[in-house]
Amino acid sequence: MDLTTNSMLLTWTVFTPAIGLTAILALLALRPLLRLSQQAVDEASRAIGLMASLAAAALGIALWADFDSGTSNLQFIHRFVWMKSWNIEFFIGVDGLSLSMVVLTGVVFLAGAIASLPWWGRLDDHHPHFSKKRVPAYWILFLLLEMGVLGTFASQDFFLFYVFWEVMLLPMYFLIGIWGAPTRKDPDGRTRGGPYAAIKFFLYTLAGSVLMLLALIAVYYASGPATLADGSQAQHTFNLVHLTRQAHDGIFVKAGAILGIPFVHIVFVAMFLGFAIKVPMFPFHTWLPDAHVDAPTPISVILAGILLKTGMYGMFRFNLQIFPTGVVWAAWAIGILGVINIVYGAFVCMAQKDLKKLIAYSSVSHMGFCLLGLAALTPQALTGSVYQMISHGIVSPMLFLLAGVVYDRAHTRDIEGFGGLAQKMPEYTALTGFAFMASLGLPGLAGFVGEVLVFLGAFAAQDGIFRVLVAISALSVIVTAGYYLWTMQRIFLGPFNHRWEHLHDMNWRERLTLYPLAVLTVIMGVWPLPVFDMIRETLNTLLASMPAGIAG
Amino acid sequence: MTIGLPQYLVVSGVLLALGLFAIVTRKNAVAILMGVELVLNAGLLNLVAFSRFGGGLDGQVFALFGIVLAAAEAVVALAIVLQVFRARRSVDASKACELKE
Amino acid sequence: MHEVAPVLQDFPLLFLIPLLPLLGAVWNAVMGARMQRRFGNAAVHVPAILFPAGSFVISLWSFITLAGAPHGTSMYNYLWAWLPIGNLQADVAFLMDRLSGVMALVVTFVGTLIHVYSTGYMKDEPAYWRFFAYLNLFMFAMLVLVLGDNFLLMFVGWEGVGLCSYLLISFWWREREKAVAGMKAFVVNRVGDLGFSLGVFLLFWGLMTTPASPPASNHGQVDAHGAAVAAHGEEAPALGTSVAFREVEQILQDPVKRTRIVDRNVLGIGLITLVCLLLFVGATGKSAQIPLYTWLPDAMAGPTPVSALIHAATMVTAGVYMVARLHFLFTLSPAAMTVVATVGALTALFAASIGLFQNDIKKVLAYSTVSQLGFMFVAVGVGAYWVGIFHLMTHAFFKACLFLGSGSVIMGCHHEQDMRKMGGLKKLMPITAATYFVSCAAIAGFPFFSGFFSKDEILWKAFNSGNILLPGGGLILWVIAAVAALGTSFYMFRSYYMTFSGEYRGAASHGHDVVAKADGAHGAHDDPHSTDAHAAHGAHADPHSDPHAADVSGHDAHGGHGHLPVESPWAMTSVLAVLGFLALAGGYVGLPLLWGLPNVFEAWLEPVFASTADRVTSAGFGHGVEWALMGFSIIVAFGGFFAARVLYKDGRSPIPARLIASESALVQGTHRVIFNKYYVDEAYGFVFVKGSLVLSRALALWDSRVIDGLVNLAGTIGRAFSFLQGAIDRLFVDGLVELVGNVIQAAGTRMRRVQTGRIQAYVQGMALGALALVALAYLLAW
Repeated sequence: MDLTTNSMLLTWTVFTPAIGLTAILALLALRPLLRLSQQAVDEASRAIGLMASLAAAALGIALWADFDSGTSNLQFIHRFVWMKSWNIEFFIGVDGLSLSMVVLTGVVFLAGAIASLPWWGRLDDHHPHFSKKRVPAYWILFLLLEMGVLGTFASQDFFLFYVFWEVMLLPMYFLIGIWGAPTRKDPDGRTRGGPYAAIKFFLYTLAGSVLMLLALIAVYYASGPATLADGSQAQHTFNLVHLTRQAHDGIFVKAGAILGIPFVHIVFVAMFLGFAIKVPMFPFHTWLPDAHVDAPTPISVILAGILLKTGMYGMFRFNLQIFPTGVVWAAWAIGILGVINIVYGAFVCMAQKDLKKLIAYSSVSHMGFCLLGLAALTPQALTGSVYQMISHGIVSPMLFLLAGVVYDRAHTRDIEGFGGLAQKMPEYTALTGFAFMASLGLPGLAGFVGEVLVFLGAFAAQDGIFRVLVAISALSVIVTAGYYLWTMQRIFLGPFNHRWEHLHDMNWRERLTLYPLAVLTVIMGVWPLPVFDMIRETLNTLLASMPAGIAG
Repeated sequence: MTIGLPQYLVVSGVLLALGLFAIVTRKNAVAILMGVELVLNAGLLNLVAFSRFGGGLDGQVFALFGIVLAAAEAVVALAIVLQVFRARRSVDASKACELKE
Repeated sequence: MHEVAPVLQDFPLLFLIPLLPLLGAVWNAVMGARMQRRFGNAAVHVPAILFPAGSFVISLWSFITLAGAPHGTSMYNYLWAWLPIGNLQADVAFLMDRLSGVMALVVTFVGTLIHVYSTGYMKDEPAYWRFFAYLNLFMFAMLVLVLGDNFLLMFVGWEGVGLCSYLLISFWWREREKAVAGMKAFVVNRVGDLGFSLGVFLLFWGLMTTPASPPASNHGQVDAHGAAVAAHGEEAPALGTSVAFREVEQILQDPVKRTRIVDRNVLGIGLITLVCLLLFVGATGKSAQIPLYTWLPDAMAGPTPVSALIHAATMVTAGVYMVARLHFLFTLSPAAMTVVATVGALTALFAASIGLFQNDIKKVLAYSTVSQLGFMFVAVGVGAYWVGIFHLMTHAFFKACLFLGSGSVIMGCHHEQDMRKMGGLKKLMPITAATYFVSCAAIAGFPFFSGFFSKDEILWKAFNSGNILLPGGGLILWVIAAVAALGTSFYMFRSYYMTFSGEYRGAASHGHDVVAKADGAHGAHDDPHSTDAHAAHGAHADPHSDPHAADVSGHDAHGGHGHLPVESPWAMTSVLAVLGFLALAGGYVGLPLLWGLPNVFEAWLEPVFASTADRVTSAGFGHGVEWALMGFSIIVAFGGFFAARVLYKDGRSPIPARLIASESALVQGTHRVIFNKYYVDEAYGFVFVKGSLVLSRALALWDSRVIDGLVNLAGTIGRAFSFLQGAIDRLFVDGLVELVGNVIQAAGTRMRRVQTGRIQAYVQGMALGALALVALAYLLAW
């Protein structure tokens, strides 16, 4: 594979948010000089942020348009030596898997950016909207986050990946902590709220990062010599392409055991746990509901839409690509954990009273499908897993946007407290029903494709345990229908609760985010072929590198 | 009795002592200034004396330079005293102690 | 065995059949509200009717093309590859063979008629546009189900009709019971869908992992873990990996391959049997069979045209259609066939018994539908697929007619559904009464009515079946079905007489109504009209039969009571007339061969089922027996009719009331149990609904207390640890540093007194210091 720099398009995509970020910083610096009012700066930062995310999304689509789906080779490579002394390269490029995530990132952040615009309906002075608070800082962090996510997906150097991975972390902390819900006491007297959730998110994810860092160092020192971008020879390498090739030659299988445990196993587990926290996988999922409940709407959108996928992507990119033997070794355990995610998440959903918490747990449930699909290691299941990531990346933002719509108006998300809202908000009801149906896997919408492929593929897996797992996890289909319809029932149907007489239906900002996502959901449900084409070769290559005997 | 270096130094030492005495004991700022002049001239006398007995004309030149400086210094100092007097209607140095601690 | 080589003939307009109703749905969903506000109802229902009508025209066109093509030809329309992953190939492609052709015609024809009817029934509905959008969407889903060329596409329609059913049952969502009924329908359907999808997965896996030829080393059965055999790859190619119906059928036509998969066992039962049973679970959900029938009676909460279209004529027959569609699978497993037929027969009897005592006219029809679907399953279960489809078709006509008739009655009676408050409507609503009677005769199986031909054929096929693994063969099925048929005849005519004969007992006698209710509550049963089923537990306990539930609803545009019912508008009666005619004449396409007349219907479907025809065996009874059974069927039909006539005509007979009032514990107990639908709903509610709620609460508690608790505990421990470290830091490490600072500060505090600001003091100090230095120098020098 030719790994020389051949395009700057991807680099532009990744750093477009950084350009926007710099522009906002420059604006702040020039503010005294230009005598700009606070409001002017706010408006300008919004405009810059929106333009930057729009540009990033457009560049992502442009990448897709230029992408050659007939190969699993990396494309749009930009590569040079970054830190010579540690053989660290700046190496970005995309294959089908990365590209699908880059495009999704663009779309989700664009939706998030639109949802971060101020709400020009009637605003309640007692409940200031997050979109009016420290606007330039918000947008700076927002764009920094987008850059981190894009970089994470584009990195083909392990160290660079780690750097971008950590870049994602910090903005998220502030975005939840500062713009999230204020600190409060929950009914049990425990402290909850944005700051609590932000710290929990930060520490939890950081713990995962530490595991990943250890695995990264172990992999580095176990790796063999490689040629760097400048042609010089290095003793060890972070370069993912080299690592993959060396892994294929068995360098990690032969590496010395650590603490008496085979190298592959211990590094695999460390890496897996690091990613699993982000997915989030049971039992490491509890940061997610808290983070979602207290994050402002666009941040929930981004968190569910794309940040969770970084964990799954990491598993595909590192666990699956570098440690195929490890995956086969741990497949049944990952499968079981996936099933626990699916079924457990669905049941916990049903008991939730907070709409956002319910959606958060449904994310836990739906990400379980990705884990199950990953573990099953059949073409259908892997495709299903990736497809589920993408479809969840479209549908869960819709759900969180919808939760935001009602919260902005009613300042509560207590499911039991509503009733008959369909009378006041018919359009909102229809869209929520649509999103719920998409999320519960109604055929013809995006969610179904991923689910059915995972099920079908896992059922055809070699290991008999997967058939049992599918049979168990398929139960979630009923539970999911149950909790979504019950939620519909409690919020929208039945006699109208006159407390909500003042609510009004959707406004244009909300329509602008929800309708495009809804259209995407339908397209992805009936015509998934473009996505399949994009990821097919990459997944085939991954599967081909599996130890012999995996059905294809 | 030959007048040698020790005699010059004794005169200079007396001058210094008298000057210091004046500085320490007098309250009037002008009197203190005069004490300062005595101390200065004691120093200059030393310079001249050492030059006379040590060789070279450097000390003499320095002394001349010092005299000129003393004149300038006296001007500035008197100006300050005048200003102090204007401000407080008194030139009592022991009372002008606002800069303590 | 007939080798039917499927010939696919491209029919590029096929996709329009489902698409047109979808366009109609989208149009009304987007523009309907505006159009209705500005231009009135017609702007909504004209497109809503035209689109399905267009579907009907194209279906008819395709059907005629099909009729002109050689046997075994199918109309085919490939659109795009949907899920092409690895060896899975699921296309968005539509296929119309003779079976799906019949279904498509029935669906589009009855569907279009019901759209027309709805323009009358729903004319005062504020959300008129929404109703038609849903109806069109349903047509789309149903047609995808019927015409889809593979399992997965069928599943799209399969779940889609479930969704539409939910939307339409909960159409009047302001009433909690109706919304809940919709939810129940969807969730119960999903239980079935789960079975269906697992069946498909199992089949896919089975086909993929069964080697086409026996491996040399291991001859014998391939066990559940036999996948390893297939994994060896090239030397033992699998049977195939298709999810398209025709391709699976073709694979199974190869005798070697068929034997391979039939011999395969999973979990101790045959793979194919398990696949069929799982698929049949799907059918029980969709077609309301035991044990998943409970949603259908509740589904009557929807508007009556919906009940006619979805819950009688089309959607609920999807299960029957599916079994017939997959005849090549079901025929391979006599065990599964037996289960299908037995469940069908039991459901037929069970539902008929509940139907005997219902007072809500729609509930009667609902249980009758469940029962009739049971008959269809008996037919497909014994391998008489064409009969099942035949009954499906005739049932679509007469049951749609009955439901629409009941809708006409309900509208006439100001949204009254309790038959005890009707009566005498024959004079007031003659067309409705006549069509209702014709349809009752059809469903009861009066000779020469459509139902007679199909039902009689079912009974005969069941009796004569050689496939059934039950002791006594088909005889048991026949007995059960015959009893159910008797019950059907009785309760259908009971509903007819209670509704249409005698005097009107509704609004005109309002005071009487109140008395009756009081009587019911007190258990005094002297009023034969009103206390028929007001058993001691009272009808009021049942929210669905609460006679005023419909009246208080927001949708009721009719004012108060006090008007006599009037005949419905022409939009409704004309539809009733058409369907009534078909209920009478629709059976003539399937005349019994026994009579020596051509059976067009069987001949039409013969190529579809040809590939498995030789495996459906008969018990070999002769014509004499068939004649005898036919005679018996007629006796049964008339028996039920006369019993109902005697007991319920004009409401004069005192026997029903007396029976209800009987003190006998046996009679009371039986009645109570049956009236309350054997308490199955309650049992399900307790076991499944409560059970899963309790489980979910417990898990949520576990999640927030234990799992999250552990996380927070880790945080707390971390904080405690750092607090301890902080203390050490403060006391020891910091202490030392601070000591130095403190000393210096203390010294400074004292020393600053030296600075007095008096210049002379400074000079003094300087001089003394200098002196001291000089002295020191001298001292040190010496």
